[in-house]
Order: sequence, then structure tokens, then C-alpha cells
Amino acid sequence: MRQKKYVTIILTLLLMILLYSIPVLISSQYVLRICVYVCIYSILACSLNLIAGVCGQISMGHAAFYGIGAYGSALVCINYGIPWVLCVLIAALLSGMVGMFIGIPALKLSGGYLVICTVGFGELVRLILLNWVSLTRGPMGIVNIPRPVIFNTKIKTGGQYYIVALTLFVIIYIILHNILNSKFGRNLKAIKEDEIAAETMGIRVHREKVIAFAVSAAMAGAAGAMLAHYMLFISPTIFVGDFSTTILSMVVLGGMGSMPGSVIAATLLTVIPEALRGLDKYRMLIYGLLLICMMLGKNVSWESTIPGRKLASMKTAVLTKHIKNRKGVK
Amino acid sequence: MRNFLAYTVNGLVLGSTYALTAIGYSMVYGILELVNFTHSTIYMVGAYLFYILAVLCHIPMLLAFPLSVILTGILGAVNERITIRPLRAKNRPKFAMLICTIGTSIVLQNLFFLLMGSETKQYPTIAENKAIMVLGFNVTIVQIVIVVTTVLLLIAFTLFINRTKMGMAMRACAQDTEATELMGVSVDYVVSLTFFIGSALAAVAGVMGCMSYRSVDCSIGAAIGTKTFASTVLGGIGVFTGGVLGGLIIGLTEVYTAAYIGSNYRNITAFVILILVLFIKPTGLLGKKVLKKV
Repeated sequence: MRQKKYVTIILTLLLMILLYSIPVLISSQYVLRICVYVCIYSILACSLNLIAGVCGQISMGHAAFYGIGAYGSALVCINYGIPWVLCVLIAALLSGMVGMFIGIPALKLSGGYLVICTVGFGELVRLILLNWVSLTRGPMGIVNIPRPVIFNTKIKTGGQYYIVALTLFVIIYIILHNILNSKFGRNLKAIKEDEIAAETMGIRVHREKVIAFAVSAAMAGAAGAMLAHYMLFISPTIFVGDFSTTILSMVVLGGMGSMPGSVIAATLLTVIPEALRGLDKYRMLIYGLLLICMMLGKNVSWESTIPGRKLASMKTAVLTKHIKNRKGVK
Repeated sequence: MRNFLAYTVNGLVLGSTYALTAIGYSMVYGILELVNFTHSTIYMVGAYLFYILAVLCHIPMLLAFPLSVILTGILGAVNERITIRPLRAKNRPKFAMLICTIGTSIVLQNLFFLLMGSETKQYPTIAENKAIMVLGFNVTIVQIVIVVTTVLLLIAFTLFINRTKMGMAMRACAQDTEATELMGVSVDYVVSLTFFIGSALAAVAGVMGCMSYRSVDCSIGAAIGTKTFASTVLGGIGVFTGGVLGGLIIGLTEVYTAAYIGSNYRNITAFVILILVLFIKPTGLLGKKVLKKV
């Protein structure tokens, strides 16, 4: 057992070294740009996974929190000249607060209603960004967002941006990993399996859901802050409802509740559209077909391809089936 | 006052198209508990099919209209057969179906985008700009046709749901799918029929909506989607009369907001109403409270 642990640690370290050495190995600005996007989208997918995958509360308004973070960070940075690292924290805090205020009433709903509510919320945020011209400059978007400055170095090149984005991603991934292995994470898993059973076990279901929602929103906000200071220009067209769908499909493709799966899926769904850029006209069409095939295909999640996990998931499946049979519910 | 009446008529016309589209959402949710994201795209497809048949193929409008409606209905049923039924048979979780409907929606929208181009096209209409005076303000023939057709369709639909055996099967499915299956009703058939009727009604709404705006483009589905969604929830999801009521209310509020507050806010009202309803009374105006059994 201990040996296995060492192997995992060594593999993780090797992976980290490989990831951090990408700017040294690759000089193409285009590839580095995609790498930065992979980092940002991975943050988004992992954060959505916390509420949708782990806790089972499907939210389709994640792009809204991403947008709130991006606008919050950009505006704070431009108007008050606050250093970038603080901007990220402020963006995360802002998104988290909004997430909490929305989450308190919204998470009383479940299933389809929650989906509708979050879709509506996402659209509302987009329309506010579009129409509150005095603050957000409406459809013209915000231009000239300052580049981040870290340790007195101005982040300019694609390689530097990649290192920053990767670091942000690693921090968030570690936080999420620890959440999943904490009491809070186990509570969330219990809520996903059976809400009423979780409640009878003394888990304060609504409170835990709201916290998970707020944490998830805060992380999306941090990703937004990264995006704003990377693109240097943001407009409401980035944060449309379709983008929420893309993030959700990353989570679903990667397997609900599996963080490594989300990262792999985010990478795939960022790289595949880029590879299809030659077929620009048919890009979205192929993407749609991909979504359908993914759902209709047998192995929906990566989890079932990992041998150890497969057994575990089979066990759970048999158990849940058993319990449900006893209840007499299909 | 005269303005107010004119706005009311506009609101009712808009609300009628919402109401017809809302029925499809409501029925599918009632039976499958699924938010069908393809439905708004079906609205667009219906409008375009009529455009293709009437303008590009020169088929007379009176023939093109039922033809496009039936074709759209079949498309809806085929879509259900290909994407929803396999998932239902495998007992996959709801979110898989949800993403599947989103995928279908993307495919259909981009297909029409590729076929028809992105530009807005002039839509054929009946009785060009003819209007009659009612109580001192103008009502166009198209507006009257829209409201009358909607009312007739709603009456027919109510009779179908309440008086026929198939309608009874649908109501039974909405209550308890498994028990209905045990009673010898083919649930697969009922679901297919539900998609057919919902899509056909959406096509009627699409054609009539485009006739009153006199234009069509690929994004009309997305524009109407969330609003009809809002009306379904407002009226009570799963209860089709609620969907109709919600559609009329959303249509009226939208027009009043555009008239009295500012046209920038017309798209926001639907979402504000949607979120308020979900927070205050998630079951909607006419919805029944669902008890969770353990």
C-alpha cells in the first residue's frame, strides 16, 4: 500500500515537471495559447464538477460566474489599480458571494427546475452585462485590461501566461482534491446518492449544497479573472449560455464526480475544436454530433475505463440497484 | 388608453405563439421530467420549412402550411426515436438526455445555418399589411389569424387530452409511467406522439410568429426558447393549461415593458419573472405540489 502511494507521488511530480516544462519545450505561441485555455477550461470544468458531478445538482449557469469574475477583476484592476493576485481573490470572492445569494433560494429546487433556474440566471447576468452600459460599456466590452504583474515581473509572453494559468489551476485542483477527501466532500457525495437518507444521517443538506455552489462559483470567478487579464479584452459575447453547456459537457464527458476525468475532457474539448478549425463551417455541427454520440455511446465516463474504479462503480451500481429493488422503486 | 389596447393586442399575439410553443415543453416535462432544449430549435425549423416550401418550392401557402407542420412533427418524433429512446431504454440519468437534447439542438441549428445562410430573410405572409379598425385602432389580418388559430388549436388539444383514449394515456403517463406501462399502454408510442404533437404545435407557432414579424433567421429559436421556458414554469410545468396562461402573461408583460419602461428591458422581464416564480412558487400558478415519497 505504501509503495503504491510512493509511485503515485513520483508520477504526480513527473507530470508536474512535464507540465511546467511545456514553455521550454514548445515555442509556438499558438500551442501555448491553447495550453492557457486548457488550464482555464480545466478550472471551470473541475469547479462545475464539484456541484454538478459530486453533489449532483446540475447547474447550467456556470458561464455567468465566469463572467462575473472576469468583469469584476477587470473593473477593479482598471479603476483602482489593485495588483493582479488580489484581483483574482476579489473576483473569486465576488463570484462566490453572488453564487451564495443565488444558491440559497435556487438550491431549494431540484432536477429540471434547478436547470431552468440556472439557465435563467445565466441569461440574466449576460443581459445585465450587456445593458448596464455605464459600468460594463455594454456590447463594446472592456478594453485595455492591464497585464498581471507578479513578483515585479510583468507577464507578457505566452509561456509566462501559461505558467501563471497552470499554477492557478494546480492550486484550485489541490483545493478541490482536499475538499473531496474531507468530511464536507463525503457529505456532498452522500447528498448525490440519496438526499433524504443524507438528511436523516444528520447532514444539513441545503447548507452543504449552498456552500458547494458558492465554492464552485468562486473558482469559476478566479478562472474569469485569469481570462480577463489574458485576453485583455472582454465582452458579454464570451459568457453566453452555450458556453455553460460546453462546460457541463466537459463534466459529463469526464465522468460525473471525477476530477481527473474533467481535466482530460476539458483538454479534449478544447483541442478538438482547434483541430477542426480547418473545417470552420462544420465545427459546431461536428461538436453537436459529438455531444449526441457521447451520450448515446456506451462508456459515458472515463471512470469505467480505469480498472480499479470500474469495480468500485460496479459495486455501487449493484448496491444501489439492490436498495432500490427493496424500496420497490425502479 | 388606445395605445394600451394596441399593446394588449400585440401582447396577446406574442403570447399566443409562446403558448403554443410552451405546450411542447410542458408535455415532455410532464411525461419524461426532461427539459427539452431541442424544442426551441424545432420552432425555428418549423418556420424555415414553411419558408422553403412556400418561397423556394412555390407550393401554395395553404398547402405548404400543413405540410411544414406535419414534417416538423415527424422530425420531432424521429428525433425522439433516435436520441431519447435509447437513453430511456438504458435507464440513463436525466442529465444524459438533457445534454443529448442540447446536442441535437446545436446540430439542427447549424444544419440550417449551413443550408440557409446566416442572413435574415423576408418571410411570406398572408393579406399583405391589410388591417381592420377595431375600437379605433388597427389590427392586422395576420394578428387576427394568429389569435384565432391559437384558440382553435388549444380547444382541439384540450378535447384531445380530455376526451380521447390517447389523451387519457398521455395523462396517465404523466402521472405514473410504469403503472401505465403495466396497464398495457405502449409508453414508447405515447412519448413519440407527445414529441410529434409538441413539435407540430411549435411549428405552427414558428410560422405564425415569423409571419407577424415578416422575417426569419437561424437565431429565432434561441431567442424564443428561454421565454417559452419561462412561460411554462410560470404556468406550472407539466400542466399544459398553465403553459398557455404563462405564455399569455409573459407575452403581455414583455410588450408592456417594451412600451412603458424601455425596449432594452423587454428580454430581461421574462427571466426576472422566471426566477421570481421559481423562488416564490416553483410549481407555478396552476401546478400541483408534488409530494416526495420515501
